[in-house]
Amino acid sequence: MGTPVLQLTDRGLYCAAGEFFVDPWRPVPRALITHGHADHARSGHGAYLATDIAAPVMRHRLGAITLDTIRYGEVRRIGAATVSFHPAGHVPGSAQIRVEVGGEVWVVSGDYKLGADGLSTPFEPVRCHTFISECTFGLPVYKWPDQAAVLAQITDWVAWAAEQGRTPVLGVYALGKAQRLLAGLGHLGPILTHGAVEATNAVMRDQGIALPPTIQVQRGLDLKPHRGRLVLAPPAALGTPWMRKLGPVSVGFASGWMRLRGVRRRRAADRGFVISDHADWDGLNAAIAATGAERVLVTHGYTTVFARWLAERGYDAGVLATEYVGEDADDSAPESGGESGGEGPGDGATSAGGPGTPDAAAEVEDDTPSAARGAAP
Amino acid sequence: MRGFAALFTALDGTTRTLPKVAALAEYFRTAPEDDRLWTIALLSGRRPRRAVSATRLREWAAERAGLPLWLFEEAYPVVGDLAETIALVLPPPTRRDDRSLTDWMAHLADLAGRDEDTRRVGVLAAWDGLEATERFVFNKLLTGGFRMGVSQGLMTRALAQATGREEAELAHRLMGDWTPATTTFRALVLEDDPAADLSRPYPFALAPQLEGGPDALGPPGDWLAEWKWDGIRAQLIRRGGAWHLWSRGEELITDRFPDLAPAAMALPDGTVIDGELMAWRDGAPLPFAALQRRIGRKSVPKSLLAEAPAALLAYDLLEWQGADLRAAPQDDRRAQLAQVATGPVIRLSPTVAFSDWDGLARARATARDHLAEGLMLKHRAAPYSAGRRKGAWWKWKLDPRTVDAVMIYAQAGHGRRAALYTDFTFAVWHEGALVPFTKAYSGLTDAEFRKITAWVRRNTLERFGPVRRVTPELVFEIAFEGIQASPRHKSGIALRFPRMARWRHDKPAAQADTLDSLRALLPPG
Repeated sequence: MGTPVLQLTDRGLYCAAGEFFVDPWRPVPRALITHGHADHARSGHGAYLATDIAAPVMRHRLGAITLDTIRYGEVRRIGAATVSFHPAGHVPGSAQIRVEVGGEVWVVSGDYKLGADGLSTPFEPVRCHTFISECTFGLPVYKWPDQAAVLAQITDWVAWAAEQGRTPVLGVYALGKAQRLLAGLGHLGPILTHGAVEATNAVMRDQGIALPPTIQVQRGLDLKPHRGRLVLAPPAALGTPWMRKLGPVSVGFASGWMRLRGVRRRRAADRGFVISDHADWDGLNAAIAATGAERVLVTHGYTTVFARWLAERGYDAGVLATEYVGEDADDSAPESGGESGGEGPGDGATSAGGPGTPDAAAEVEDDTPSAARGAAP
Repeated sequence: MRGFAALFTALDGTTRTLPKVAALAEYFRTAPEDDRLWTIALLSGRRPRRAVSATRLREWAAERAGLPLWLFEEAYPVVGDLAETIALVLPPPTRRDDRSLTDWMAHLADLAGRDEDTRRVGVLAAWDGLEATERFVFNKLLTGGFRMGVSQGLMTRALAQATGREEAELAHRLMGDWTPATTTFRALVLEDDPAADLSRPYPFALAPQLEGGPDALGPPGDWLAEWKWDGIRAQLIRRGGAWHLWSRGEELITDRFPDLAPAAMALPDGTVIDGELMAWRDGAPLPFAALQRRIGRKSVPKSLLAEAPAALLAYDLLEWQGADLRAAPQDDRRAQLAQVATGPVIRLSPTVAFSDWDGLARARATARDHLAEGLMLKHRAAPYSAGRRKGAWWKWKLDPRTVDAVMIYAQAGHGRRAALYTDFTFAVWHEGALVPFTKAYSGLTDAEFRKITAWVRRNTLERFGPVRRVTPELVFEIAFEGIQASPRHKSGIALRFPRMARWRHDKPAAQADTLDSLRALLPPG
């Protein structure tokens, strides 16, 4: 057999044939990056390779980096490996990375979802021998309703809040979820945004991604004419002095975790909307089947359980103990940080792996002896 | 079911009181009368018996969802609620079953008496005809643990809004051992029924905890002090040639206390006494554990009657010669009570004499010598008012006792705290080893629980199903109200109301307390 196409090291997934890493969590000379969320795209690497669509946000968040770009489907030779990037449907520019060495094909999913979100290039299954899949929502309780139905719920809530004289504030990730919702809620008229959301909007508009008009909530803005308009803000901004200036509000969250009543209640949200940029249970199973892979290695999420499920279905399944966190059920909790291993560089407000303790999502770290995980970067 | 599920969604969607009461009142105005009655029954804790065991429900749900049982079992603790887990994994419904709440309850009662195959078919068919929220609510009805975030008080307020009747009157009407099978909405809420009134207790007056001492209460002479007994709050009703004993949980417990019968029947007709049930022998109280042995039993063996004879420590007279005394001042009620509760079984709860607050504080410090939890303070001029109204009654409990203990096991919580580790087992040192002695699951903030959860994940030594054995490293101050010898526990002691008072970041595990220091707190004997 020889060396596997990709192997797990303390710095991340390593391809010996091409001498590069995929989404490494410690500084490496050469990193291939699936997408710009902070737990996947970290600072300090010598050279980066990402899709042309993902590049602007990465530059915005990581500053001056050596970044080469690649288009979806473009094939490139790196050392003895052949690599290409394929749509993952997670956020604009997000990719699965296909690595072929000596005829053996591995695909690293990064984060992905199957349904079209109206903004990201939709997920395309890539045939492979070994598929490294996330499984943030790898339990059969996670099933997403249609995006159209959720957008209608949000629209109803905005109308209801306006009737109550409240401003509806929706907690969303600043990169991806916010723009996806913007794209789907343009009929509400101009949408107000927190600075962290607006910064990402600006980067995407600059690169030619069309987004409906937004108004940033900032000093000097007269909020009176905007009472009752939808506000998009990162979860970390909710409950801060920033939010107080909005007057009476109704708070909602848009996340896959909102599927669970316990999480909705713990977050004390007035409303929870079930909408995620990760695959649900059925999506994970469908994606894996579509790859034709015989071997599936699962990372961040309910790894042990999902691997056992796959093994029972006849896959050669295993767990890869990475340091990705996917999506965090409690990411808005500023006081809970500091102890989890998943914290990455980048501003907490826009980070998928913000300063939260990965709650349910951190089951990924569950079955790993603490020594193997090392300390936070 | 659609209307009831919509009510649930409305109640679940807010933590604010006003919208909750408004949603309930609207339901009480518009829902079918039978459904209103069932809603009142469910929200006042009158649950039908379980039609199906939780084990069967899990099996059937996994089967219907096409999942191996182990996978269902893995998902359950993440969700933290069985009814919800089932609702989440089931495939979408294939038809629409529009039965009313009342019809569903009748269906469930019917299923409860059938063989297992019939029950299985009935439950699977129900799941197949209900949408997501209805399924969840249906499962809650099936599993019996139904709480909708509405207290009985809020429900009563909503019912008052909907019917235009007085809240206090309604609270009184809803007391007692009715079920939807024995009454109707009209009979219970709207019509007068002298027969039902005969056994009905009054809503209990409750006392808030007095924080920061009694100095702010005004002149000591305005107040009456009594021991706060560690027993079971109860109301004794003597009416219509019979007697009834109600616990504060509105449970009729007459049959469990036959030793009170002669004294109760000796009272004149038209008497209602509020007091504390205690195990009492040779003129002195016994620890709560003695009384506890009698609670779970429907019939009491003679030996137990001899070992733990019951007494009612009478402290209030709510009805005398058939007249409602609740509006009379505390002092007047008490004076009359002293004429009534003169025996050894229905015995007057003594007052604690004091002339100034310092003197009372000194008396309070001796509460444990009387097997009391502290003091009750009652305003001499106050009427007897339902619920936890501030100003009339206060409880002034002793400060809790504390012990510093090491966390050794952790388990995830339920509901709002599912997926957070919140239920811990604590140990103290004994002969060089850690001996578990109590569990506790409250007292910390969500933020602290999140930190501990992250820590538990990184410090798991062993797993036993949902329970994890963790590195014995974290020290917590455990507060508790009482301590008793208990041969059933490995440590030989049992605590009353243990909770986490704080996380002792400053203390290493080696400096936690010892079993000997706990044993020293045991009452003599």
